[in-house]
Amino acid sequence: MKVEVLGVGCAKCHKLEELVKEIVQKNSIDAEVIKVEDIKVFGQYGVFMTPALVVDGQVKVAGKIPKEAEILKWLSA
Amino acid sequence: MNTKSNNSEGQEQFLHELEFQLESNAEADSVALSGDTLRSKIIYLFSGTVILAAWWLVYENLLTFSRFLTYHILQLSEGTHFGATVEFFIFEVPKVLLLLTLIVFFVGIIRSYFTPERTRRILAGNRESVGHVLAGALGVVTPFCSCSAVPLFMGFLTAGVPLGVTFSFLVSAPMVNEVALVLLFGLFGWKVAGLYTATGLFIALVTGVIIGRLHMERYLEDWVLELTADKSRTGQISMEEDDLSWKERIQFGIDAVKDIVLKVWPYVTIGIAVGAGIHGFVPENFLAGIMGKEAWWAVPVAVLIGVPMYSNAAGVIPVVQALLSKGAAFGTVLAFMMAVIAISTPEAIILRKVLKPRLIAVFIGVVTIGIILVGYLFNMVL
Repeated sequence: MKVEVLGVGCAKCHKLEELVKEIVQKNSIDAEVIKVEDIKVFGQYGVFMTPALVVDGQVKVAGKIPKEAEILKWLSA
Repeated sequence: MNTKSNNSEGQEQFLHELEFQLESNAEADSVALSGDTLRSKIIYLFSGTVILAAWWLVYENLLTFSRFLTYHILQLSEGTHFGATVEFFIFEVPKVLLLLTLIVFFVGIIRSYFTPERTRRILAGNRESVGHVLAGALGVVTPFCSCSAVPLFMGFLTAGVPLGVTFSFLVSAPMVNEVALVLLFGLFGWKVAGLYTATGLFIALVTGVIIGRLHMERYLEDWVLELTADKSRTGQISMEEDDLSWKERIQFGIDAVKDIVLKVWPYVTIGIAVGAGIHGFVPENFLAGIMGKEAWWAVPVAVLIGVPMYSNAAGVIPVVQALLSKGAAFGTVLAFMMAVIAISTPEAIILRKVLKPRLIAVFIGVVTIGIILVGYLFNMVL
């Protein structure tokens, strides 16, 4: 599973990245977490609010930090 | 509104109408109120009123409290310089933080109505002249860091918002916001806060109009142009429309308070400490010679120093306080503040991926000149 966190330097973006990594580790999910800072990729995903979470190429949330339970649900689907 | 309560008398009815107006103002669709019982509504309303009343009570009595704490509990003697400094500090910090909490909460609720999706629709669906004004105004209620403004800027372009209008937004979003407004109001009064907001919006509008007139679309990076041309993407972008219940909106407000106030309070405290401390310990007119009104070159120099620097409104407040209390002129200091918040090196670097150098140069140039003019204006009227 490929998990991308989209964001350029905003505080929330760092927080989301950490949160996702933590969740992946805690639940030993087989996922690769990547921080994407290239704004070109944002455009391709159609993400214009940061931070955003993309799981296997699918935009799950944009513009806010989702709840831990939500992230877990997306990652274990 | 899809709940019609059986109890349709007086106040309840009024509340429904009020909410209805709020909803339709934000061109909201029906909001899922079905899960909210009348009872929980009353509980929320009641606790809201209690909290507001408590807020007001604390706010009103801060001065008494700070005097009591300074002169009775800490036993400092009245009339001394140190006593006055401590009193000022104990009074100002909670005052500004209280104001900030209240305003951020309500702006958070307002913000919950302006999802990026809706914002884009509003901007794309209006005439360009109206668009500039709307973009500037929307900049006030949307996120305040320029790093999150750039992706949004790109989203607007993709949705077919005219280039000039998106620039109005890009300038206004970081510079004019509720945090800057509250801090300036709390520390320097409504006149300064108002002037800052009005001139900030004005710079945003002018920048947008100029860039729009110059028809600089071809100075967008090619991949952005392609993205803009590809209309098939526009629809796909939308996340599901946020139809929030009023409970969720209140939660939105609370989250905003947690987010912003927790991040900002150290700066506010330092800023006020600097203001309180420096007040009499440093010669009053220490900076007057180089940053006073007489030095005509002070404004451009302050702005040129401020432009590459990166900070949000809260971060510059300590500096603003320090400069002011050492005798720098108001206009010079506010222009510096605007320059720091409005544009920065990191923002320019992010923008470079979206814009060609020429457009960035025009953007930075126009904003810089605008801020310098505003600095002179402030020095004249304040």
